[in-house]
Amino acid sequence: MSRIPEAFADGPAFIPYLAVGDPDYESSIEYVEALERGGADVVELGLPFSEPVAEGPTIQNAVVRALEGGMTPTRFFEFVEELDVDVPLVCMTYYNLIYRYGDDDGNRPRAFVEKAAEVGLDGFVVPDLPAEEAGPLREACDEFDLDLVFIVAPTTEGERLERIMEQVSGYVYVQARLGVTGARSDVSTQTDESLARLDEWDVPKAVGFGIKTGEHAERIVAGGADGIIVGSALVDIVAEGHENGDSAETVASRLETKARELSEGASRGFAQRPPHPERT
Amino acid sequence: MSTSDGKFGRYGGQYVPEALMPAIEELEDAYERYVLNNEDGFMDEFRQRLRDFGGRPTPTQYAERLSERYGRDVYMKREDLVHGGAHKLNNALGQVLLAKYMGKDRIIAETGAGQHGTATAMACAHLDFDCEVYMGERDINRQRPNVFRMKINGAEVNPVTVGRGTLKEAISETMRDWATNVEDTHYVIGSVVGPHPFPAMVRDFQSVISEEAREQMRERAGTLPDSVLACAGGGSNTMGAFAEFVDDDGVDLYAVEAGGSSLSVDEEKGVAPNSASLSTGGEGVLHGARTKLLQDRDGQIMESHSVSSGLDYAGVGPELAYLVDEERVTPVNVDDDGALEAFHRLSRMEGVIPALETAHAFAYLEDEHGNLGETVLVNVSGRGDKDLESVIEETEKRGIENAPDMSMFSGGLR
Ligand SMILES: Cc1ncc(COP(=O)(O)O)c(C=O)c1O
Repeated sequence: MSRIPEAFADGPAFIPYLAVGDPDYESSIEYVEALERGGADVVELGLPFSEPVAEGPTIQNAVVRALEGGMTPTRFFEFVEELDVDVPLVCMTYYNLIYRYGDDDGNRPRAFVEKAAEVGLDGFVVPDLPAEEAGPLREACDEFDLDLVFIVAPTTEGERLERIMEQVSGYVYVQARLGVTGARSDVSTQTDESLARLDEWDVPKAVGFGIKTGEHAERIVAGGADGIIVGSALVDIVAEGHENGDSAETVASRLETKARELSEGASRGFAQRPPHPERT
Repeated sequence: MSTSDGKFGRYGGQYVPEALMPAIEELEDAYERYVLNNEDGFMDEFRQRLRDFGGRPTPTQYAERLSERYGRDVYMKREDLVHGGAHKLNNALGQVLLAKYMGKDRIIAETGAGQHGTATAMACAHLDFDCEVYMGERDINRQRPNVFRMKINGAEVNPVTVGRGTLKEAISETMRDWATNVEDTHYVIGSVVGPHPFPAMVRDFQSVISEEAREQMRERAGTLPDSVLACAGGGSNTMGAFAEFVDDDGVDLYAVEAGGSSLSVDEEKGVAPNSASLSTGGEGVLHGARTKLLQDRDGQIMESHSVSSGLDYAGVGPELAYLVDEERVTPVNVDDDGALEAFHRLSRMEGVIPALETAHAFAYLEDEHGNLGETVLVNVSGRGDKDLESVIEETEKRGIENAPDMSMFSGGLR
């Protein structure tokens, strides 16, 4: 049963992403727990895939570290079970891992979803699965009451928007600009245009790709986003700590501080928003 | 077989990031209009340019010494004589011309052996496009002559360092560039792989091979071949050589894959010491399509291996996967040593220096000619000039028996 709707119920949602198992299993547990202390409302847990075509160098490298550290789908599910957090959890991964999980009896992709529900995940983001190919996964998600988040890109318009609207649940991931993931020093105007196109949708809109600071978070939420998704800026902290040989505790506390900055930025942005006509 | 829904049985499809979907829909539309319906005379211009710039038609040549050796008629479709030295130009020219009809102004491509990169760079110079090519670092080292040729034709070559630095990583990197610059850029994919419409479109551009070969066999031999052999990396020369024969029930089709050093898999390291995804792979989703892949139990894609960088890829075209399941195409494989021996044999006996990729098809002919019927057609997908450095090094290292003494060249070409 997905707990995602609650996360958007009062105020903007801050949704951090980390690659699970980066740089190792134990540290990664601490990092996710630190994000919750820093104010995460939902956490996107990246299950590493060897060909992450939608990711920029920061997350690509994180994925390599996690795979070298022995992360697998089975370990990932153990990880989720072991986590001591209360916020909803979304699995971010590529379709082949979902498709291949479990037995060879053609029960795909149901086996993965069943296991995900069992360990307490709330939904999925699958960047290489457009609405056209998502039927079987959508069906399995419906069966187990999990959410399937879709990405809307700056190039997504017209009929494609409608196709996605039919399938999306939980929240819609608004891709802030064209390209791959990665922290940027500016926030694209493509975001405002995308948000405007989705104005009528009654599913929460979370903006991601390139958000790095509390100020970005503030501006994006003030501009109408219901949530912000931050990956590379957090993964950078993990990478730096790993390179410098810092303890997991030190890195966790930096993550917590960064999370707080982002989450507070989002709240400030929310306070500046004109009241939405349809919201009370 | 054509495809309107982008599927070949259970294979194919469009598994790409959302940002690319509008571009793929635009390409689908352009494919239908220009390639399938010859709108604005696109196909006429393509054929004309293939003749004048590309040097088509290529001959189907009777291989006298090989025919004697194997006691049957062996014919060679000489794609090595296409401009640039490989079948790759058929597709590159088709796609770059299509990009022009679509009003795009930038071309990107990936390359393994460098033949596709070279063909794309040549087509871009010919049709006045900017061109950037992604190539794995390991492949850059294996295929230096092609790197020079790309640069000389005005292309930028971007080294890809992640992973093992081969074709798989180069494709992923080109997809990232495309997702960033999708509005003005066309991605000229190098084989019958990727999301629909690429596998169908690349097959159509390459099917000129079997269209000519079928005619030429009728004229030269008075009969269709009993079997057709072509090496399969992604599978573009394979599909090109097979396409017009698929409905000829009497013609057996053999896709020859790289068996590398072994067909078994190092599960621990996640490495397949081969590139035989049709023979040994499992069903999965990679680079935009559902197809047969070298992957571990969890679905992580494996590093592949072949002495020839053009076959060194963990996936294969979805249509080939389908034709194998339908038992229309037989997947077979030969190892690195067999390919090197075949390289020297063909060079020595026929005066044709084949690409190491192509040599795989001739290695299978050596091993299995008894099962291939009276008349055999082998597709010479490309010439081996690009491979001379690798061949010298690998031949010495392995002690290939039928090779000339290479010691005088050691280190000398570099
Ligand atoms: C000469 C030659 N033959 C074959 C191939 C394999 O590709 P495909 O299977 O797409 O024809 C390549 C790829 O670079 C090549 O250069």
